Amino acid sequence: MTAIDPTAHLTAEQIEELGRELDAIRDEVIASRGEKDAAYIRKVISAQRKLELVSRGVLLFSFFPPAWLIGTAGLSVAKIMDNMEIGHNILHGQWDWMRDPKIHSTTWEWDHVSPSDQWRHSHNELHHTYTNVIGKDNDLGYGIMRVDEDQKWHPFHLGQPLWNFINACFFEYGIAAYDLELGKNLHKRRRKNPEFRARAKAVGRKIRKQVLKDYVIHPLLSGPSFLTTLAATFTANLVRNIWSHSVIMCGHFPEGVQVFERRSIKGETRGQWYLRQMMGSANISGSRAMHFMTGNLSHQIEHHLFPDLPSNRYAEVAVKVRALFEKYELEYVTGPLPKQVFSAWHKVFRLSLPNKKPKVKTPDREQELVAA
Amino acid sequence: MTSAALRSRAWKLLEMITTPLLPSDYLDLVSPLRAGADLRGRIEAVHPETGDAATLVIRPGRGWRGHTAGQYVRIGVDVDGRRLWRAYSLTSPTNRQDGRVTITVKAIPDGKVSNHLVRRVKPGTLVQLDQPTGDFVLPKAKPAKVLYLTAGSGITPVMGMLRDVEFDDVVMVHCAPRPQDVIFRDDLHDLVADKKLRLTEVHTDTDGVLDIARLGELVPDWAERETWACGPAGLLDAAEEFWSEHGVEERLHTERFRPGIVVAGDGGEVTFSATGKTVDADGATPLLDVGEEAGVLMPSGCRMGICFGCVTPLKAGAVRDLRTGEITEAEPGVLIQTCVSAAAGPCDIQR
Ligand code: FES
Repeated sequence: MTAIDPTAHLTAEQIEELGRELDAIRDEVIASRGEKDAAYIRKVISAQRKLELVSRGVLLFSFFPPAWLIGTAGLSVAKIMDNMEIGHNILHGQWDWMRDPKIHSTTWEWDHVSPSDQWRHSHNELHHTYTNVIGKDNDLGYGIMRVDEDQKWHPFHLGQPLWNFINACFFEYGIAAYDLELGKNLHKRRRKNPEFRARAKAVGRKIRKQVLKDYVIHPLLSGPSFLTTLAATFTANLVRNIWSHSVIMCGHFPEGVQVFERRSIKGETRGQWYLRQMMGSANISGSRAMHFMTGNLSHQIEHHLFPDLPSNRYAEVAVKVRALFEKYELEYVTGPLPKQVFSAWHKVFRLSLPNKKPKVKTPDREQELVAA
Repeated sequence: MTSAALRSRAWKLLEMITTPLLPSDYLDLVSPLRAGADLRGRIEAVHPETGDAATLVIRPGRGWRGHTAGQYVRIGVDVDGRRLWRAYSLTSPTNRQDGRVTITVKAIPDGKVSNHLVRRVKPGTLVQLDQPTGDFVLPKAKPAKVLYLTAGSGITPVMGMLRDVEFDDVVMVHCAPRPQDVIFRDDLHDLVADKKLRLTEVHTDTDGVLDIARLGELVPDWAERETWACGPAGLLDAAEEFWSEHGVEERLHTERFRPGIVVAGDGGEVTFSATGKTVDADGATPLLDVGEEAGVLMPSGCRMGICFGCVTPLKAGAVRDLRTGEITEAEPGVLIQTCVSAAAGPCDIQR
């Protein structure tokens, strides 16, 4: 949809060949999934639980400032682990092959106000199938932002840096509202829809439990540390929200990422689907710790190609995927976190203002030239 | 307030503290065998019995209800990271003082779980357990004369019986290819030396397969004995026929291992058991399409294997992953993605 199609140099055969090569990478990982991988996720889960327990324990004494700091830091990391490397990935079915009902996409519940089954639908199904297709993938701007030149500008968009900032701070609520498709369901008639009501109720229940835990019960348990523990859990949630929002923005918003028109995916082949995932995602480069804390969403490109492969394998897959990008002369959008975050925010600011319409597309430009 | 009500209140409060996890998720970290936990066991020792069989000593969790001699237990073992469930006979006496139980496993060729348990599993490993079940058990009233007719690993439930209850007059006919293949051979010979058992070993490599019609030569009074038989289907079929020919079928009790082996084919009859529909499917059409075509309400999402919105229990039979060709066989708890799976033989989908 951008001015120049960066995949224009590929023939249909090449795209299908690319698809086959990607399938081969996938098959290789699937064939070698085993004990080590299972041990990995078990270890991460148990580490997360222990960290959360210890941090909450320390926060019982949070009136003592060093305890507040350590407890808050620990709880923030524990919450990030729960949502990113554990929750997001399990809910993708990455660990279903283990057949352990406790680590399964159908049974997992995460520390988040959106119930996991609702999130699974909006994320796995809508976002991952229709990645970056305007009008179909609501993750593109979450329905509150304009993220591409070709989207219609509206004065409402002037405020989008602010919306985006608020969304970052209360990201889990944003996601819950988004999973409920609140925007479109708040119309009078839709509000009465029993299916919507049931889902809204489920969200309400989940919010109540989460809020009660973080803002009532744990502070109460801390007795004299009530207020400081309250502040600590609030901070931990804030840190987790801003962190996950930043990571997720880096996945599809940085400059260089392509978006697609609805009609471009009609009759899409497997190769073309793969190609769209490649062009519609961006990575974050960094250390192993960095990859871990992003839930390996730093390997967003690999994740979008193979959303159900175990996250601990993306790093090795990335080497092969990157080689394919080079072979087919495609741009592998990646960069360190600050750069990608800046790039994504830059876009948010830039597109809050109207741009000269229409941005000329290649075929139109040719016509113009011919006409001239 | 009663103490039970108090406890349930306290538990509710704990659940509020740990939400969305459960208190047990944390307790499992430190005490997986405690009372109230999902039933598990810890393998404490592995003793080789023969070249391809071993006895596993398992300490079951506190919720274990105990077994009756002759029963089996289903155990869930993680093999190459994947949890697989199998049933094995309990071979320990029911009154073992230390509360441990044993199962004895014979490695079958290409058997994923049996080979893992016999050759690779390490003491300390946790396994999942079900409560013991099975009605291949001894009656309350002691029969005067007993015959145990066993072959291969069919000896395992019977060993559980032999170790549990003493009878006055017990005869055993056991078949195995060679002397060294007889599981529990030393234990059996000890029983013989103590005059607690009369044993006939049939070594099929040299003696040939036991001809049940000639059982009378080995055990002249077989028809008067209460008989427990366990072994391969061929032996049991022949025994059932023989006993009923002589009109004494009520004296024969049999136990069959591994009923119905799944043969993976290409397409087959698909049953949607919740809806009660049965249709024929080929080996290339996703079960999601097959179900929708038949008017079954199938959950779905991406229809390309990435969203896991279509996972459905596979109750019986086998399916093939259309992307990798991998075969998945039905086992309790097995879920499949219907959008990328096709029938590999007859199968039963719970929709
Ligand atoms: S419908 Fe998405 S995985 Fe089957």
